[in-house]
Amino acid sequence: MTESGFTQSTAQEIIAALKDKPGALLPILHGIQDAIGYIPAESVPDIATALSLSRAEVHGVISFYHYFRNTPPGKQTIHLCRAESCQAMGGRHLEEHVKAKLGIDFHETTTDGKFSLEPVYCLGNCACSPAMQIGKEIYGRVSADSFDAVINDIEATE
Amino acid sequence: MSITIYVPCDSSAVSLGADRVTAAIAQEAAKRGLDINLIRNGSRGMYWLEPLVEVETAKGRVAYGPVQPVDVSGLFDADFTQGGAHTLSLGLTEELDYFKKQQRLTFARIGKTDPLSLTDYVENGGYRGLKNALAMSQEEIVQAVTDSGLRGRGGAAFPTGIKWKTVLNTASLQKYIICNADEGDSGTFSDRMVMEGDPFVLIEGMTIAGLAVDATQGYIYLRVEYPHAYEVLNAAIATAYKEGYLGDDIQGSGNKFHLEVRLGAGAYVCGEETSLMESLEGKRGLVRFKPPLPAIKGLFGQPTVVNNVISLASVPVILDKGGDYYRDFGMGRSRGTLPVQLAGNIKRPGLVELGFGLTLRELLYDFGGGSASGRPIKAVQVGGPLGAYLPESQFDTPLDYEAFAAIWAVVGHGGIVVFDDTANMAEMARYSMEFCKEESCGKCTPCRIGSTRGVEVMDDIINGRNLDKNIPLLRDLCDTLLNGSLCALGGMTPYPVLSALNHFPEDFGINAKATAA
Repeated sequence: MTESGFTQSTAQEIIAALKDKPGALLPILHGIQDAIGYIPAESVPDIATALSLSRAEVHGVISFYHYFRNTPPGKQTIHLCRAESCQAMGGRHLEEHVKAKLGIDFHETTTDGKFSLEPVYCLGNCACSPAMQIGKEIYGRVSADSFDAVINDIEATE
Repeated sequence: MSITIYVPCDSSAVSLGADRVTAAIAQEAAKRGLDINLIRNGSRGMYWLEPLVEVETAKGRVAYGPVQPVDVSGLFDADFTQGGAHTLSLGLTEELDYFKKQQRLTFARIGKTDPLSLTDYVENGGYRGLKNALAMSQEEIVQAVTDSGLRGRGGAAFPTGIKWKTVLNTASLQKYIICNADEGDSGTFSDRMVMEGDPFVLIEGMTIAGLAVDATQGYIYLRVEYPHAYEVLNAAIATAYKEGYLGDDIQGSGNKFHLEVRLGAGAYVCGEETSLMESLEGKRGLVRFKPPLPAIKGLFGQPTVVNNVISLASVPVILDKGGDYYRDFGMGRSRGTLPVQLAGNIKRPGLVELGFGLTLRELLYDFGGGSASGRPIKAVQVGGPLGAYLPESQFDTPLDYEAFAAIWAVVGHGGIVVFDDTANMAEMARYSMEFCKEESCGKCTPCRIGSTRGVEVMDDIINGRNLDKNIPLLRDLCDTLLNGSLCALGGMTPYPVLSALNHFPEDFGINAKATAA
């Protein structure tokens, strides 16, 4: 099966399983992004049909929420907290360091496809600021050095 | 005697290495042929000591922290499994000043129990509130909540009992209970601690709410940034269904209540209750006009209770011990306890649950120990990104909704973010506008356009351009946001902006104190 054939059938399975829930659109979008990593444009018509919505409505919901993306992410997505508590503990300097280390800005992916960088406004780890999340892993009291160590670790294990 | 060791599974503790410490302890015990019972508890909320390892002894639990994997073999050498002395020894956990001085009602179990053990929950006072509620009429349940004086802990501080009463008195075939778990305020983590550390208390609170108002379906609207809480809640809900605490016949009473967790998708504005309901319905999270109130016409057009996690998690103790018991904590019209969260640049960050009335200064210095950097504290932001910045001269304000309102500030969800004297408050004001711009739902013009113009004006001010014109322009813009926005996002962004300007004019390039807003 081609890659797009695979993603389309995965999306269809998810839509079929969730479409009868009340307010099914967000659960469906989460299901697709969890499985595929993003919400492919070709899944939008299927979602719209299943929920009796227009494609524009589905697109409108996808684009409203920061978390949903319509392009494939890097292998790892780094969510770096920009909120006040992290700023109070040097978050702005850390942000500069992270961007320089990866060579990308927010909402970008490294050219080797390994890392995407996204801002996040609070991870609820404010007692251990500055904080970031990579995949489901949350990191506290992140410094430039500990960030580099985490990134080097991830690169070494790949 | 068997050895019981506790290492928190709380995600902040995990972010500091608690999982690795747990693995190291298990490995070291196996190596030494020791049979240990390793329990993952919630966090006690003393985060500068995390990962905090506790050992059960005849005298009570003894604490060690902060523990890293390299410390583990040394701890075994020091016989820590019997409470032996070590450089990381802290003594009895519950005798630690920070913990001992608290009044833990909502957080009574957190850090003591295994969050996913229903047995632990029931043995430590859990489900007594529900048992009482099942023997009461709906009016009596609502009256108990009203009597407790509980006000919405999400930030708006609306009396919970009145909200419930409105839903109870609105006839409908289907009603809903929504738990607002979209805890997006920087500096707050009490909801997360409850969901990760004592999920059954939230389930019990929601079940009682359902009984009280005739709602048979509940939703927990959880932010996607809390993946650990999502797992814990789902596991606890599955257990509650299995043991008859959720479902079509709760504990044989014939009452029905179903519960499901739904994930948000990174939109701060969805913490606003009407935007949250739009999101739950599968739409863009656009704020609705009020009226109609959600209590009359809420989710899917039906009467709906929308309460914050802490509000709902405070209901079981109220139904267990009575409205009077809860009401006897606190001051003025702020009754009960507030789980305060100390965050940012503070030496001892963490969770402090106390009756209302403590001053900021007591919280910042007696509990918090001053700044983490050792530099003077310049400002604190209380109540999240829409809360005012308070200077040192206001640190004697007691934590009380009315006392804060009197100084044009908010208690909000009880988060306190501390900044030392290296912070530039004009930069923070610019950030507030930028945050509003990022998170605006776009429905009303003051918020959608005003925040963008606000960032531009702040850029001009920070660059010292034409201050005579731009400072009044900023005030004028804030006035429009304050009075013309549909919800608190646009309506309260002026709080941090203007408080920064009024209290720290020098950071805006103004020498004399500016005239107050």
